[in-house]
Amino acid sequence: MINPDAKLAANIFEKPDLVPTRDGFGKGAVEAGKADPRVVVLSADLKESTRAEWFQKEFPERYIEMGVAEQNMATVAAGMANYGKIPFITSYAAFSPGRNWEQIRTTIALNNVPVIVCGMHAGVSVGPDGATHQMLEDVALMRAMPNMIVISPCDAEEARKATIAAAKAGKPVYMRFGREKTPVMTTAETPFEVGKINTVWESSSRQGLDGRGLASTDVVVFATGPLLYNSLLAARELERENIQVVVANVHTIKPLDRETIVSLARAAGAVVTVEEHQIAGGLGGATTELLAKECPVPIEFIGVQDQFGQSGTPVELIEYFSMGVSHIVAAIKKVIDRKEV
Amino acid sequence: MIFWARACVTIEEMEPLTDAEVHELSLKANAIRQTVIEMLLAAGSGHTAGPLGMADIFTALYFRVLKHDPKHPDWAERDRLFLSNGHITPVRYATMAHAGYFPVEECLMLRKFGSRLQGHPERERLPGVETTSGPLGSGLSQASGYAYAARMDGSTNSPQAADFRVYCAMSDGEHQEGNLWEAAMFAGAKHLSNLTAIIDRNNIQIDGNTEDVMPLEPLADKYRAFGWHVLEVDGHNIPQFIAACEEAKAIFEKPTVIIAHTIPGKGVREIERDFRWHGKPPSKDEAVQFLSELRTLGGKITSEHQ
Repeated sequence: MINPDAKLAANIFEKPDLVPTRDGFGKGAVEAGKADPRVVVLSADLKESTRAEWFQKEFPERYIEMGVAEQNMATVAAGMANYGKIPFITSYAAFSPGRNWEQIRTTIALNNVPVIVCGMHAGVSVGPDGATHQMLEDVALMRAMPNMIVISPCDAEEARKATIAAAKAGKPVYMRFGREKTPVMTTAETPFEVGKINTVWESSSRQGLDGRGLASTDVVVFATGPLLYNSLLAARELERENIQVVVANVHTIKPLDRETIVSLARAAGAVVTVEEHQIAGGLGGATTELLAKECPVPIEFIGVQDQFGQSGTPVELIEYFSMGVSHIVAAIKKVIDRKEV
Repeated sequence: MIFWARACVTIEEMEPLTDAEVHELSLKANAIRQTVIEMLLAAGSGHTAGPLGMADIFTALYFRVLKHDPKHPDWAERDRLFLSNGHITPVRYATMAHAGYFPVEECLMLRKFGSRLQGHPERERLPGVETTSGPLGSGLSQASGYAYAARMDGSTNSPQAADFRVYCAMSDGEHQEGNLWEAAMFAGAKHLSNLTAIIDRNNIQIDGNTEDVMPLEPLADKYRAFGWHVLEVDGHNIPQFIAACEEAKAIFEKPTVIIAHTIPGKGVREIERDFRWHGKPPSKDEAVQFLSELRTLGGKITSEHQ
């Protein structure tokens, strides 16, 4: 059942609103700009598709067009942040942090200045553009970097909140956004705190044991980004089979909410991670690094398995790369089998 | 001690340095070169040619050009000096020590465990270094971003409204980096006249002479084409360099780049212009010999300007 404390939208299973997470960035940037005059937005010739244009319309004097130059965008922003501005740098994730990783490492992360790197069009769901533009390694690149906060919002509303929070963080931040319209699951009332994850779906038989002798929770699913929705659909489907799933929205991949992840994994005894990213170095990697030490339980991974993407529709690609609802259902059943051995 | 007081006099009265002042600065540069050799010997690694070649310019910057206060490295109105080619940081550390930021003896901690004087400079470790650098080609972007942000907060009608200038020291070899030309394009397009860039044109890099490895010329024309005001100076002629820094302040529409022609390893005749000294420190015997030469040359430098 939906965790009532998550205050999710009432219509999410019937007719959810569909909005791309990049729109949440666009809204959030304007709100952050209103709240703090130090906020500036830089764009590398992609202001419409990154929604940086929304900020430009509101604050033309605080919008900086960099041209097609992502390395310069990162380093100019580092200088501006060093001065005292709060720069958001916007491009496609394939180019930023894809192309300008070293500049981000040295001049933003090691320099420890509050630049917010916004990687748009992340994941295979960019669709027809193909593998060059389908960034699947950005979380790995940014997570390995000291001083860097990594946020992967699940929907446009959370993206808005994350953008506002990032402007206040006072530290280097990476945020990842998608191009496609995806379901809006959260509401203004849904809790959001950087580094503190939330469960959105909980076992309906919290008390006692079920007929098969399993504890009340069979599996915990740690999902990040818009694939949280597929995870919810999978959990709902399995509830009908009396398989009790907890779904947690891991919007902050770094710093990882170690305490909550370990306690949920311990309670369930089996874990599935879900992300539109390479499993290596992504949420799957991060979760495993933690649980191998603190709570070694069986884990299955939904995500891209050491492959590049290709052209197609978002739906085709999510299915092709085994990130659909049926794949999550199968992974949950598989990890339960492993647990029972 | 606030150096700005002297610089103010220089701007307002445009008085040339007296011979005695030139003499004093030359002696200071020589002392800084000696400190650099001592640091490199103590560290056992590091770069020799660049720091020696830039000693005159760093002396001019810290003892004449920059508005700064060694006792208050975070003074809001200080001029900002970004060092893009972080590997010549020994000359910056040595000059900062001689200017009073920290004791000269601390220079011997260069590259040691736990030291503030990291092998390449880090903003959060040593107050006054302004930014973290080492990987080449990104200092000019940071300086440009800083200058742009400062100008945003000043009057939009007056690019000089910000009450400090931004300086960026670069190597010539790093002009092979694409990021640097992106920065040059940005600074030119945005008319960042509150920015002065300084290029150590010593014609060497690790693998050889720059024009053999990957030619940079015509460097001045390239900058002009990108919208910069270009000045060329003898990087060992302190009055000439200071005059160029003053001229840059008067240029209203463009950023200024000072191409300072320098001799790598300057001051130690055996290693001058030898690219093999780009990235290695002296041995103990060599250090003794280099220090002796620098001390002896002290008299010669004096006589050249008298």
